[in-house]
Amino acid sequence: MRPWIFLIPALLFLSLFLVYPVFDTFVLSLFDKSGSFVGLRNYEWAIADPAFQQATLNNVLWLVLVPALATALGMLIALLADQVWWGNIAKSLVFMPMAISFVGASVIWKFVYDFRPPGSAQVGLLNAAVTALGLPPQAWLTLPMWNSILLMVILIWIQTGFAVVVLAAALRGVPQDTLEAARIDGANPVQVVFRIILPQMGGTVAVVWTTITIITLKVFDTIFAMTNGQWNTEVLANLMFKWMFVNLDYGRASTIAIVIMLAVLPVLVWQVRHAYRQELAK
Amino acid sequence: MEIDRPIIRAVGTASLLPNRLSPSRLAVHIVLLLIVLLWTLPTAGLFISSLRDKQQLSVSGWWTAFAPATSTEVFRLPEAAGASFIAGRYVIEGTVLSSPDTGKRVARYGLSVDKAGAVVVGEPASVPVGGTIIVGADGSFRWVSDTPFAYTRPPRIFFESTTEPRFTLDNYVEVLMSEGIGRAFINTATVAIPATVIPILIAAFAAYALSWMQFPLRRFLAAAIVALLVVPLQMSLVPLLSLYNGLAHVFGAENGKTYLGVWMAHTAFGLPFAIYLLRNSFLGIPRDLFDAARADGASHFEVFTLIVLPLTIPAIASLAIFQFLWVWNDLLVAMVFLGTSEDRIVLTGKLAQLLGSRGTNWEILTAGAFVSIMVPLVVFFALQRYFVRGILTGSSR
Repeated sequence: MRPWIFLIPALLFLSLFLVYPVFDTFVLSLFDKSGSFVGLRNYEWAIADPAFQQATLNNVLWLVLVPALATALGMLIALLADQVWWGNIAKSLVFMPMAISFVGASVIWKFVYDFRPPGSAQVGLLNAAVTALGLPPQAWLTLPMWNSILLMVILIWIQTGFAVVVLAAALRGVPQDTLEAARIDGANPVQVVFRIILPQMGGTVAVVWTTITIITLKVFDTIFAMTNGQWNTEVLANLMFKWMFVNLDYGRASTIAIVIMLAVLPVLVWQVRHAYRQELAK
Repeated sequence: MEIDRPIIRAVGTASLLPNRLSPSRLAVHIVLLLIVLLWTLPTAGLFISSLRDKQQLSVSGWWTAFAPATSTEVFRLPEAAGASFIAGRYVIEGTVLSSPDTGKRVARYGLSVDKAGAVVVGEPASVPVGGTIIVGADGSFRWVSDTPFAYTRPPRIFFESTTEPRFTLDNYVEVLMSEGIGRAFINTATVAIPATVIPILIAAFAAYALSWMQFPLRRFLAAAIVALLVVPLQMSLVPLLSLYNGLAHVFGAENGKTYLGVWMAHTAFGLPFAIYLLRNSFLGIPRDLFDAARADGASHFEVFTLIVLPLTIPAIASLAIFQFLWVWNDLLVAMVFLGTSEDRIVLTGKLAQLLGSRGTNWEILTAGAFVSIMVPLVVFFALQRYFVRGILTGSSR
């Protein structure tokens, strides 16, 4: 009896706020705006809807680029910071954006991307750099493709610090003698990194990668604050928000939520299996 | 005494490169410096801009903020009818600067485009349509003629001005007082403090049971917590929103948006990570200690409060920082469950609104953004050690 007294508050919260909604969202996705049962028609709608297609395509792009670039940059910075005496300061500064809200980061970067018509002084860093090179300034956030990439930059800017911290800790765990042996065999630093260090860090890289993947999949705040999905920047989480609060269609909003959930599912299964195996070992 | 999973202390890869003064080591310094600059400049730009004079902010980049700005401007003199007759002479007076109080000074002037900087301020220049003019450094001019002014089209003055950099807290005063950021700050704090404390309390009890108590389903529950770690928030929004609205209807409230509702939502969404992190830390306590206390007749509640909690203060601290930052920085949960009405909107919501409505008023956006990120930054720099520890525990799967 005693364990359940300790557990009950947590279990109540988790079942009411997380477990029950998973099932309810699925059920809701089978109903239309007026509350009549429509079977899988919301899913048919989604597949044919251009905005949904655009959002899915963008989410895939985000999922490919953001975790890869944030992890790679994190690895690079962790390795470089290990070589210099001011490495901890460098890591701390790269890590800082982790503390900043996505909306705060959006203001910071919208200021960087600010656009003034040609001829007037540019107050945004990006256009100032572009005009200094003799090129015309651009309203970056309205240029399809460029705008998505520049929005991704914000998330990479935030998440790289996370990658640095986790990878730097794992780097400390790489056995010194393997590095020593490689050096004695005449390997250059690049070879040591790619042949000795990286292969020993596979598990950590996977953890960093999947964690950033999950965060990327749910990206909402930056899109909502910067473009609200205009100029081909739509993503699923923002599209869902629109169906929930602008169109007040809970059925279609739920359908989009289920799609996000399906994308998370492989990671979820992988993690649970891993965790369960660890439990059995304890 | 601190109990935590030891982070393996080794020499690391510090000796990857040959020696201290090789070109490759220099390259490492330069590349890392460039990366760090790229990472910090955007935030630095925001901070510097938030302290700049509103006028200057809108016409020059923040990287020029510390040097006086120079510009060439044009001013058209007044109509001839504006002249007054003083001591037997005809005089027109005024200032060439449109807003004289911004610290702008005139350096040189002239009466045609190609002679824009021909005359130093304070020295007279003769005007082609008659008379003599003197422009002062403060922009004031005095144009004097012995004969009545008879021009139809007033001549123009071309002048070079310099503006001294001006830093001020005016932008902060404005956003806090009249843009609703002050109110939003209080709302955010109202959300964040209970939403940090409640989940930690609940999670600590659950994590204790899942670490040190024997009961059926223990392993299943532990694995379920891991699954819930990755369930997207989006899955919960619609059902909970309906639930809250339904409850509001039952109790006769106008909508389901309350502080209590948002605290509960944050508590639930924070629980999986909180339980996971605390359990990892509780499991690090030596079994002997635990068994000894139990053998001495201590109850689970006593073991929990007198042994487990004191030993895991560092883990609880890092969890508190995590949960606080997550709640303080959250936009979605607050918008859905608390709404965006003036008396309840949180800082992130207010900022997102301002980005839409005041998109080019950088004095408001920069100062507002800095108010919202100030608290997390202070927490971050003061307690970074615990933050890092939390991240490492949370990702050591």
